[in-house]
Amino acid sequence: MAAIEKQRNIIEFTLSSLWKRKGKNIALVVVYTLVVFLLASVMFFTHSLKREASLVLQDAPEMIVQRLVAGRQDSIPVSYMESIRDIKGVQSVQPRLWGYYYDAVSGANFTLMVKEELKDQPGIVVIGNGVSRHLASMKDDAIPFKTYKGDYLMLQVKGVLPAASELVNSDLIQVSEEDFKKIFSITTNEATDLVLKIRNVKELATIAGKITQLFPDTRPILREELLRTYDAVFDWRGGMIMVILAGAFFAFIILAWDKATGLSAEEKREIGILKAIGWETSDILLMKFWEGAAVSLSAYLLGVLSAYLHVFIGSAVVFEPALKGWSVLYPQFKLTPFVSAYQLATLFFLTVVPYTVATIVPSWRSATIDPDSVMRT
Amino acid sequence: MIERKSNVFLIFLLAGIILFGLMLLHAAIRQRVDMPLVRQRGEIVRVLGISDLCLVTEARYTRHPSLADLNTPFQDHPLALEHFPSGSIITVPPHLKMQANR
Repeated sequence: MAAIEKQRNIIEFTLSSLWKRKGKNIALVVVYTLVVFLLASVMFFTHSLKREASLVLQDAPEMIVQRLVAGRQDSIPVSYMESIRDIKGVQSVQPRLWGYYYDAVSGANFTLMVKEELKDQPGIVVIGNGVSRHLASMKDDAIPFKTYKGDYLMLQVKGVLPAASELVNSDLIQVSEEDFKKIFSITTNEATDLVLKIRNVKELATIAGKITQLFPDTRPILREELLRTYDAVFDWRGGMIMVILAGAFFAFIILAWDKATGLSAEEKREIGILKAIGWETSDILLMKFWEGAAVSLSAYLLGVLSAYLHVFIGSAVVFEPALKGWSVLYPQFKLTPFVSAYQLATLFFLTVVPYTVATIVPSWRSATIDPDSVMRT
Repeated sequence: MIERKSNVFLIFLLAGIILFGLMLLHAAIRQRVDMPLVRQRGEIVRVLGISDLCLVTEARYTRHPSLADLNTPFQDHPLALEHFPSGSIITVPPHLKMQANR
């Protein structure tokens, strides 16, 4: 009990000492909290998005075959399908027709995709929830599409895809093949890309190699590559992430530098007096430990909690302008909080530990000097 | 009790730790509750043959990053600067960089 009481008394004295310079210390906690908030927000957002992508895209096509012309993706002739189907291990090959439609009235970009089930139902579309929200179109409403010939095609909304799936199909419009070809004035028998089903997933790389041998102008994309895309997509080298991390890093360096470069004359005198009235060096180090811990723990707790609220309750509003960019249609989704103890521990060791150490080290130097000489200087 | 600053600080610390625990509990509950929705999204991906998440719609190489190519972001002219904000967040998919080796 005596040990606990001693710690409480030291904390009491530390907090009183911090309170004497409350303006500076409150500002310090606010800036520190902001640094932790930014780091934790980036960590929570990217980790949850990556985890969500890895779960959702597990059922993505096993292989997509594109054709490249002069370094860019182009339509692929349907005749390629025959030879690809003959490759041992290929279960099925399906052509996909999809593309981007820019709606000049609203300024939004939509992804148009042919739906096999609408084959015998021209004049009908199924739209994503983002499209429905953006165009204020509900079931049975008609949407005008300007074709590449300049005339308009009215398509009736047959259904709206569920709001819960906005993360994958917010901007999607499913149309019949006939309407797709009318809108984009496609007359040739070509597809945007080919989707393959493979009997044994272990053969994916071999089959991809055979396809590029048969058709050197093609590019197969494997499912594991789709998954890896989202693993690397918010890499720390990405421009804005780099800016956020660099900003946080330099802010933290300034905070730590301020502490590590030494104590103010007032703080040194305080240490001298404490030693003169009987405080041990260990007591002073303990006081400085609690000083660093009080500031960094408060900032850590406040920063992490506010980052959690920001990302998972507030839908990451701080990042929204960057993600939204110039786009008009922005998917509305709430991420599942995939938060792990590992992430929180990493953040703790990156923020709390260095600051606390940076507080103790200069104090140790002052605490070991003779109190008389400290008070005289 | 709250006359002592140390008590106020320890109460604050305790409240923070409790909130921290509640945060982890909330995350665990939400993971369990959201799992059917995640599976539903996966099913939609399977049925529609979707290859990418719909995070941004401003540029095609950030709408479908896995299907993009290295030239698309610079299609305006060879030395074009990136003018879509999302292009500076979403990095180049690894398989595009490895294409030369295939």
